[in-house]
Amino acid sequence: MTDISKEALPLPRSFLSQDAIQLFYRLLAVLLICAVLAVLNDSFLSLGNILNVLRQASLTFFIASGLTLVVLTAGLDLSVGANVALSACIAGTVIHTTGSPVLGILTGLACGGIVGLLNGIMVTALRIPSFIATYGMLWVLNGLTYWYMAGETLHGFPAGFRQIGSGYLFGLPIPVYLLLVFLGIGTLFAQRTIWGQEIYAIGANPVAARLSGIPVARRLLLVYAVSGTMAGLASIIFLSRLNSAEADIGESLTLPAIAAVLIGGTSLFGGVGTVFGTFIGALILTLVLNGMNLLSVSANWQPLVTGIIVILAVWLDMKTRRRAQ
Amino acid sequence: MSETAVTPLLELRSISKSFPGVKALDDVSFALYPGEVHMLLGENGAGKSSLMKVLCGAYQADAGEFFHKGEKVEITSTADAQQLGIAVIFQEFSLVPYLDIAQNIFLGREPKGRIPGTIDRRKILADAKRLLDTIGFDIDPSVVVNTLGVAQQQMVEIAKAISQNARILVMDEPTAALSDRETELLFALIARLKADGVSIVYISHRMAEVFALGDRITVLRDGRRIDGVKPADVTPDQLVRMMVGRNVDMTYPRNFADKPGEVLLEVKGLTAPSGISDINIEVRRGEIVGLCGLVGSGRTEVARAIFGADPVASGEIVFDGKPISGEPDVASRRGIALIPESRKSEGLALLRSVGDNLVVSALRKLFPSGLFDPRRGQRTADGLIRQLRIATPSARQTVGLLSGGNQQKVVIGKWLAAGAKLFIFDEPTRGIDVGAKSEIFALIDRLVAEGAAALMISSEQVEICHVCDRAYVMREGRVAGHLTRNELTEENIVRLGMHHA
Repeated sequence: MTDISKEALPLPRSFLSQDAIQLFYRLLAVLLICAVLAVLNDSFLSLGNILNVLRQASLTFFIASGLTLVVLTAGLDLSVGANVALSACIAGTVIHTTGSPVLGILTGLACGGIVGLLNGIMVTALRIPSFIATYGMLWVLNGLTYWYMAGETLHGFPAGFRQIGSGYLFGLPIPVYLLLVFLGIGTLFAQRTIWGQEIYAIGANPVAARLSGIPVARRLLLVYAVSGTMAGLASIIFLSRLNSAEADIGESLTLPAIAAVLIGGTSLFGGVGTVFGTFIGALILTLVLNGMNLLSVSANWQPLVTGIIVILAVWLDMKTRRRAQ
Repeated sequence: MSETAVTPLLELRSISKSFPGVKALDDVSFALYPGEVHMLLGENGAGKSSLMKVLCGAYQADAGEFFHKGEKVEITSTADAQQLGIAVIFQEFSLVPYLDIAQNIFLGREPKGRIPGTIDRRKILADAKRLLDTIGFDIDPSVVVNTLGVAQQQMVEIAKAISQNARILVMDEPTAALSDRETELLFALIARLKADGVSIVYISHRMAEVFALGDRITVLRDGRRIDGVKPADVTPDQLVRMMVGRNVDMTYPRNFADKPGEVLLEVKGLTAPSGISDINIEVRRGEIVGLCGLVGSGRTEVARAIFGADPVASGEIVFDGKPISGEPDVASRRGIALIPESRKSEGLALLRSVGDNLVVSALRKLFPSGLFDPRRGQRTADGLIRQLRIATPSARQTVGLLSGGNQQKVVIGKWLAAGAKLFIFDEPTRGIDVGAKSEIFALIDRLVAEGAAALMISSEQVEICHVCDRAYVMREGRVAGHLTRNELTEENIVRLGMHHA
């Protein structure tokens, strides 16, 4: 048997896993950005600004965390932004008509989840590529929301409800607590449950996953439903923070969420990435945009910078991964 | 010796090639004479592929010399190799699927039409037809390539090489995906090419081919040339010893049980849209049951239907006393394992680690609470690596970097972890070298001795005859016959599996 063991290629065995190395680089990037901004602008390190950054990042993260699971299965959910808009408008209506924030929150979550489930059904039962299924869903949801709202704006919600998005607890914004909670849940789900493991396996090779006995269709349904439900959660926080709902609030949400996922190191080809990486991705994105605001750089430059960061992050990941192999 | 007087068509002297940490080729010399079939033998990782790549200019040798018809030449690029008339027929074909045969043959060298920028379609078809005729391939050159079978695509590849005036063809396991009949056609073509003075470098894992086709054999091991021999002067056992550098039990380890156990799988009248009808099969504990027949006779389809990978139209599958139906997750939970033919695309997540791949089917069994414990997963994987003697630096190694035999052990290992009772093997030894083959068979033998059962599809009839308790032979989607241990001979398998006009 000793002869055969020689066959295995001798490889540089690194102490850290690939995921850990990529995460390390990202944390370094966060520190670097913070250091540069702190030097360039006095108000960057103020508590108010830092909390503001965290709150902004949390909104992107809620959408992006669910999306991360979808991308881990080598899928994509382009309908998240439109889902946020519809869920917010429906939840807002429920709160207005019933006066019950709890009922509104549940409706928003349910609406998001159902939309996600429909995406999942299109992807599994109808075998439509997720990119196309959710792109179609984006239009359908936009259509529904515009028809439903008919140009109206909902505003003026109960003070208690508004606490969710703008309130503080022990000096920290409530969305930051929610961020920590869902970061923990998301990480545990992906890394420490067998469902999470199966999701990675599906993303790495769906055919082999099915032939390994993984119920691929059921897991995909779950993943799209979770992505939708997280969009529903984001809709509640938006509604509460903005204290209003309009049909077009979702239009600027999807692409930044995808950017956070990619900057966070999750591969669009599936099987590689972490929820924590997505949090870092959301943080990097928010930090850079915050810094540009503080330095009075015109907002017109923000999309360009976002694009460059995404390309750079993905390129660096591909380089380190290629070197590792 | 007569050919010592003849100048070799191509000669490689003292070729060495290193990669970081590996000496792929170490002082290898190799001579190819006009019109001969030169077999290149060695285990996976012995240096066959590296030598082939040096030969066709894909790799540059670190040291060594090349001689073409006695003259010193350089091969530093694929263009150099092409200039010398060297062409490689790869295992994965390089044809453009949506172009027709003629377009593929003359891709990039199309005859110009009268109007600038156009192609002379009539000439290209006529030229292609003439070329296909010379290699004895009777087909319309306007047929689109993706409608062709593997064997036919291979013929097109060869025609393409000939059209580029190739005088040296390098073939890497050309019969790996061919049926017996297609293999015969290929052998006939090789004989014809030889008669025309074309030389062929032929890489194979199949002993029968080595002796049927080879004029000369070069054996490589660990990047070194071990010996050059003629088929008449050696026995298969001697060749195997040269390849592995030790004695390997070629008799396929198998301890036949006196009496088979209880029925584990019973398939009754199974019919499926994938092209199988009225299949009746029974597998008992302690048995290895062969499923033979030509490629395309429905063997893989039967395996997939039992496992739930393909839909079933009618019939019944009873496993362990209870009927079973549904997706592969149902079958795997009940204790059925499928070790698919193409392990790279269907058996493994190549970019994930050995450990991840080993536990993927056992997650529910190992972690009934649903909570995954990485350390427990790691321990399970380590145990399997030791038990199956999987050659890997650690469970963290990317599985795609292991050799074919070790990858196959990982696929089997994941079902051991899942506690499978019935193992369905689809061509379990394809692309696996001799040493690993006998290890795999020893493993299967041990599994069934411990009360499991195996259904084994194989195109290697020798393997079926040596290993199986009995076998079913398929023909055109039906079970054509059943052979007991005493009736199990290659002749009987072929007779039952043959198409009747």
